[in-house]
Amino acid sequence: MELKTFEHLMQNRPELPEQVGHGQPGRQAADVAPTMKVETRNLDFFYGQLQALFGISIAMRARSVTALIGPSGCGKSTYLRTLNRMNDIAEGTRLTGEVLVDGESIYDPQVDVVELRKKVGMVFQKSNPFPKSIFDNIAFGPRIGGERNRAKLEEIVVRSLHQAALWDEVKDRLHASALALSGGQQQRLCIARTLATSPEVILMDEPASALDPASTARIEDLIFELKKNYTIIIVTHNMQQAARVSDYTAFFYQGRLIEFGATKALFTTPKEKQTEDYITGRFG
Amino acid sequence: MNTANQAYQKQLRRRHAASSLFSAICLLAIWFALFMLALLLVGISLKMTGIWDPTGSGSGAGSRNWLTYTFLTEHMSRKPEQSGMIAGIWGSLWLMFMTGLFSIPLGIGAAVYLEEYAKNNAFTRFIRLNISNLAGVPSIVFGILGLTVFARMFGMFPDLPPRGIPLGIGVLKISIPFGKSLLTGSLTLTLMILPIIIIASQEALRSVPQSLRHAALALGATKWQTIWLQVLPASLPGIMTGIILALSRVIGETAPLIVIGAATYIRYNPGQMERVSDYLLKPQTLLDVPSSQFTAMPLQIFEWVSHQPNPDFKNVAAAAIVVLLLVLLIMNGLAVYIRHHFSKRLDW
Repeated sequence: MELKTFEHLMQNRPELPEQVGHGQPGRQAADVAPTMKVETRNLDFFYGQLQALFGISIAMRARSVTALIGPSGCGKSTYLRTLNRMNDIAEGTRLTGEVLVDGESIYDPQVDVVELRKKVGMVFQKSNPFPKSIFDNIAFGPRIGGERNRAKLEEIVVRSLHQAALWDEVKDRLHASALALSGGQQQRLCIARTLATSPEVILMDEPASALDPASTARIEDLIFELKKNYTIIIVTHNMQQAARVSDYTAFFYQGRLIEFGATKALFTTPKEKQTEDYITGRFG
Repeated sequence: MNTANQAYQKQLRRRHAASSLFSAICLLAIWFALFMLALLLVGISLKMTGIWDPTGSGSGAGSRNWLTYTFLTEHMSRKPEQSGMIAGIWGSLWLMFMTGLFSIPLGIGAAVYLEEYAKNNAFTRFIRLNISNLAGVPSIVFGILGLTVFARMFGMFPDLPPRGIPLGIGVLKISIPFGKSLLTGSLTLTLMILPIIIIASQEALRSVPQSLRHAALALGATKWQTIWLQVLPASLPGIMTGIILALSRVIGETAPLIVIGAATYIRYNPGQMERVSDYLLKPQTLLDVPSSQFTAMPLQIFEWVSHQPNPDFKNVAAAAIVVLLLVLLIMNGLAVYIRHHFSKRLDW
């Protein structure tokens, strides 16, 4: 394998594109602060008759990590999935209110959901690599987007693996099955796969909940690294994790947003009694 | 206390006895099935080699090996020693090929629609239920359907020339109604095996974890890309196994072919092919295949067993049964191999 070429590519790779402003300044809606990458206004969500979210309004800054915490069934995962319209897949779901990415409503009829999901990537709770080689897993996103050039694909694969801190472990077996990797490696592969489509926002649904402490630490380091270039929104059950990796934290309870603010403030001086009870372990 | 313990011991012995009895019954069941199969194979083989002739009425020619090379290369004959099953072998192969051509895209397409696209409402539940029902319909009923719809086309064309009205599909010589042709046979068998292929494909698609679809969709794949690039490849072993098992039913099916009027005695191959190379060198033979009259291996067996006056034909039938069973065995073995080979990489 042309590993030399790969290293060469890495040395000469162009800097990652700037993420702010989506490359087109002046296109943002006037009423949205330019640093707000993702914003929901008065978001209600229904599974059939059952209302899962009640009037959620949060604005998330570009290049920051926002953690969504709360007890099981509080709606944090549902909220996360409204941000790239993964809830559309389930039958009988309904939503009112607004979800804005870069100031544009993503539930607008004109919005192409395929384009949206390329821009707002997602990493799932359980790692779900395709039953194909490591290379093909990562190249899948660019390929479906129409990239056919082998050299370009190799460059993307190498860059994504480096970004996901997986390169050193898999560089000698890019064409081996992804299913042969360990759980933590699989999850980093899924992150690399998401990065390969050059998203601007990355949604993570409890990405480390099925991993051992060492793998969890690696994922957390990775999140810390990635927030320099990406806007990250992460659902987690683990409050220490939220405190460690996030800049902002939103506390959900029974489908409602109880408190949202800077992580440090929320964990040291919570304004709401429910937040305090939850983070001190009195319930949940 | 002691009596309670004794009662418990007694009850425990009873439970063990019931357990042993059950495993003995299961063992008996499997041995019964194997014994009957062995009986069939041994009986057929003895008959084929002429060692054993239960009817005892055969001529002296009865005691010879009937499964010879010429048996595979010659046409049927009024004389048992000169009989062969080449027309049936080619007929069955073409039948299988054409039936596969029609039923595979239709079956997979229907399954993909039902599993991936259709909403779960009363109407689709009704369709699903009835596909399962169709899989249980006796094959002779499909034969009658094929006779009415394809062979005669509801008798809509009463004043036809004997060869039917030629349809202008390029150089293909197909006329309506389709008559007793290979086209009618394969379309009829397509209807018969479609439910089997649909159900097998549905199950294969259902076994693909939902997380795989989510992964593809979250990367910005369209629904079509998700299905074509991830879901179908992952479910391919299951789908192929279903297809091969369905096609091996095509090889063995007799009743619907008799109903549509397929020949039991015929002395030419589909498309009047005389040498295998004809299909390449004389394109007309290939083009004539769909409209050609035909026979199939089980039909020949039927003919040799039931119609021929000479008792030696029973031995010919035995040889043909061995050939048919060998083909079926090979196909089922292929199904097992494919399932094993392709599912090795798919360890969720």
